[in-house]
Amino acid sequence: MLRVLFFALLMSLASVSAHAQQDNIQDILQEQSELILESSRRTIGPAIDAIAGSGLPQTQSVLETWQARDMWMRESDGLFFRAEEGDDGYVLYDFDTGEAVGVAEKSELDQMRPNSGIRALIATALVSFQLSDPNEDNRRAALTSIERNPNEDALAPLRASIADEPSPEIKARKERVERLLTMAYDADEAARIEAIEGMSGDTGQDVRATLNPMLTSRVRVFEGSVPENLNVKSELTPGSDELPRAEAYGLLVSAGTAPPLLSSDGLRDILAANIVDGRVGGVAVAKLNDEAARREAYAALVEEGLAEPAVTEEEIDTWLDGATFAEIYNEPSSAVTDAAEKALRGITTKVGFNQALDLTLDALSLASIYFLAAIGLAITFGVMGVINMAHGEFIMMGAYTGYVVQQVIPNHTASILVAIPLAFAVTFAAGVAMERLVIRWLYNRPLETLLATFGISIALQQIAKNVFGTQARPLTSPGWLDGSLVINDIVSISYIRIAIFVLALIFLCVFLFIMKRTRLGLETRAVTQNPRMASSMGINPGRVNMLTFGLGSGIAGIAGVAIGLFAKVTSELGSEYIVQSFMTVVVGGVGNIWGALAGATMIGFLQKGIEWLNPSNTLAAQTYMIIFIIIFIQFRPRGIVALKGRAAGD
Amino acid sequence: MNRSFIARNPSVLIFIVILALFTLGVTVLSEAFGTGFLSTSFVKTLGKTLCLCLVAVAMDLVWGYCGILSLGHFAFFGLGGYMIGMWLMYERTRDIVVGSLAEAPIPPTEQEIVDGIGTQIFGVVGSNEFPVIWAFSDSLLIQLLLVVLVPGLLALVFGWLAFRSRVAGVYLSILTQAMTLALALYLFQNDSGLRGNNGLSGLQNLPGLGGVPQSVVSMWFLWGSAAALGLGYFLSAWVVSGKFGSVVRGIRDNEARVRFLGYSVETYKLVVFTLTACIAGIAGALYYPQAGIINPAEIAPIASIYLAVWVAIGGRGRLYGAVIGAAFVSLVSSWFTGGRAPDIPLGFYTIKWVDWWLVLLGLSFVLVTLFAPRGIGGLVDLWTDRRHPDRHGADLGPDKGSLREREADE
Repeated sequence: MLRVLFFALLMSLASVSAHAQQDNIQDILQEQSELILESSRRTIGPAIDAIAGSGLPQTQSVLETWQARDMWMRESDGLFFRAEEGDDGYVLYDFDTGEAVGVAEKSELDQMRPNSGIRALIATALVSFQLSDPNEDNRRAALTSIERNPNEDALAPLRASIADEPSPEIKARKERVERLLTMAYDADEAARIEAIEGMSGDTGQDVRATLNPMLTSRVRVFEGSVPENLNVKSELTPGSDELPRAEAYGLLVSAGTAPPLLSSDGLRDILAANIVDGRVGGVAVAKLNDEAARREAYAALVEEGLAEPAVTEEEIDTWLDGATFAEIYNEPSSAVTDAAEKALRGITTKVGFNQALDLTLDALSLASIYFLAAIGLAITFGVMGVINMAHGEFIMMGAYTGYVVQQVIPNHTASILVAIPLAFAVTFAAGVAMERLVIRWLYNRPLETLLATFGISIALQQIAKNVFGTQARPLTSPGWLDGSLVINDIVSISYIRIAIFVLALIFLCVFLFIMKRTRLGLETRAVTQNPRMASSMGINPGRVNMLTFGLGSGIAGIAGVAIGLFAKVTSELGSEYIVQSFMTVVVGGVGNIWGALAGATMIGFLQKGIEWLNPSNTLAAQTYMIIFIIIFIQFRPRGIVALKGRAAGD
Repeated sequence: MNRSFIARNPSVLIFIVILALFTLGVTVLSEAFGTGFLSTSFVKTLGKTLCLCLVAVAMDLVWGYCGILSLGHFAFFGLGGYMIGMWLMYERTRDIVVGSLAEAPIPPTEQEIVDGIGTQIFGVVGSNEFPVIWAFSDSLLIQLLLVVLVPGLLALVFGWLAFRSRVAGVYLSILTQAMTLALALYLFQNDSGLRGNNGLSGLQNLPGLGGVPQSVVSMWFLWGSAAALGLGYFLSAWVVSGKFGSVVRGIRDNEARVRFLGYSVETYKLVVFTLTACIAGIAGALYYPQAGIINPAEIAPIASIYLAVWVAIGGRGRLYGAVIGAAFVSLVSSWFTGGRAPDIPLGFYTIKWVDWWLVLLGLSFVLVTLFAPRGIGGLVDLWTDRRHPDRHGADLGPDKGSLREREADE
């Protein structure tokens, strides 16, 4: 109905008014005065329609004033005005002339206070005016409003506003919204199908949000065959997977055609209502703790005429045989639903492809996080064979270093740049101290190294808790890392994750460079392969072990800064990653950086894959992943990249 | 060589006598049967400590004697607790449901009672149906069997997979830790069928014995725990004293050599691993009714590592060492964390033990590993004047801390 009125409005603006219409908005307000004063969301509709459909240039300002709660009614004559608080009372402005017509005390006036529901209705009516508003922001806001709340009425004004749109960006947006509205609401079926076909292959969320409601359907029951005029999705047989027997009968019951089933609860209540002298239908109450006895008692009641006979299985079958069940589209036109379904199928394929891409990106970023967490471990555990349970706490120390630096240097970019080398220095020192004081005494006893480093781990964790408290500390990333790289509605990745991916790559290169191109790397490899031979060549194994351990710990510290940027910094930060880190190293293969890389990639992809299969439950994903790893170790006990020959040690 | 078992292992007799005296002493001082000097909650703490000692004995068997550092034995402990908890919770809820339905005009059917129990137990995780794993929860006998069977079976399957592919040393430790983590994460889910992170609660109330005060129940459990510890200790001592024990220790000291001597190392390891898992399950089944509640946090990997800490501090490779370690560390730990230890004012900072106890534990653990690998149990050596064999500087193998001269004697 409103659409017709809008056409009227447009025509009146374009040429001479063909309709007899009121040229005074105050008259319309007076006509609707009762509804406006009632101010109820349920009844206000016609009043808003009448004002919006008046075709007068003042309409917009009236609606806006009303929406802003600036519309007041003078109690003496019931006229509506826009009022502004002045020096001596409220200044009243006439809607039609826009001029001040007088001053009134607050007690003489009654303010219109539309509630949020009514304001939303006003906003919807306003949208059509705002689409051609000279202010760009208002036009954008109007479009957003239509996008959020698409409706039939917006289509005509939207179409009318496209031609005169000056901004190309807004124009493109308007055209897109117009297509979407055409798909859903155009009166002409051919136009809708054309719009649907034109949009097929578009992966935008809005297209799917428009198409999906067009395909909603519900199961209905008919006596005899399905009427011709309905758009049938499929006919259903009761007892099939789509329509279980009980559900089908339930439909019949709710349609009022069949009598309801007697539930166990209902049975019990009827029996309870018919207890006579401790017996029901001749059966002692004490014996009624059994379903068969209850049925028997009920049958006796039916015979006495005290209860309705229950529906038997045969009767249910008869009822079901006599009815037809079909899934009916809510959309009446079958041509439209066919086109929508076809378009949606195409879109789904494309969306699936994009989701796979998005999942790959997610998995890649998870893999790089695991790689970062594990790379230090790959050095200490993989190269030196020292199992360091405190590795997670070194990650935590790095993150806390970042936090402390941010307290001193407020600039986030500068503080991160300072924090990274500082975290390396702190954890390098901690690692060296730990190696000198504890680990070097335990080189022949790997299990005891594990326990001793675990002791250090709980001590460090508790110290962090005592110093920084148990609440999470923020480590804020610089502004240029905020937000994410959006490729389309489905594929996006946050800049922090990209940064972590890059950092992981840098670490890989640095590690390779140190191991293959520097003196330290050469000595480390020599000590790893044969410490006695290495020391007879003039290498000091103690010094090499110390530096290698320090390097591994230092990298853990930098990883801590990176992880702290997206995770909360708590004293338990490290222990969350420690098991996964060990898994990464073990799965990948000990003693080889490529192994850690392969392990991280596999675990990252695996975890995301399992999460995708069971999206509601990340805990289950971790469980299944660990089980998979345990089984994987069966087949490749030395990991993906296994060292061969002498390098393998034994 | 033909001396009796007790004569060859005097420590077993001494241990059992001390345990009996301890139990008698607690009984005499308890609220229920004696002077009331010990509060019921402290009796429960002692009973729980006995269970922890039992699981520590199991840990010592698998780590101190067989050299497998399992970081998963608390998972078996927790599973045992869950198994008994299912029965306790089912039967107790049944009592409540039957009580509330008794007022209805029509007596409830079996199905209605079961539905009522299901709603009561699983309402908290938004369900009202019994998962398959609760199929036997109405039978005490079957659940008691499951206390042993479930941990045993898990250990058997896991151990078979791990030992078969020659996973050993730290790899095995990490793998057992992963197993524990996987189990804990699984149980944390609401649809695991064990009430997710709510766990099972109200286990301290024995079904059908509502009239018996907790002070008496706690004594029953203390006796039960003491008996289980005594039997477990005896069994473990018997297992490690014979030829089987020699082979097991041989595996710990040099696995390859034992394998080349023709022993099936995997079978021995598997037997020890599974047996200790069963013992851990029993210990858990006695522990959690005293604790009253079990939830997945109990099986987190950290708990199993603490188990290793107890055994290491007590002294591994000797069963009484494990008992001493578990009792000492857990009692001292509850003393420190209970806020009863006096604070130490340093002028600029006051050391509150609630905050600093873990630091002290961690550091003392490092010191024990470094300087006293024989743990507290090593003090006994000073007294009995036993010394480690002098190997003339040769490599002592992975476990320096274990006592080894007995092989030389026999």
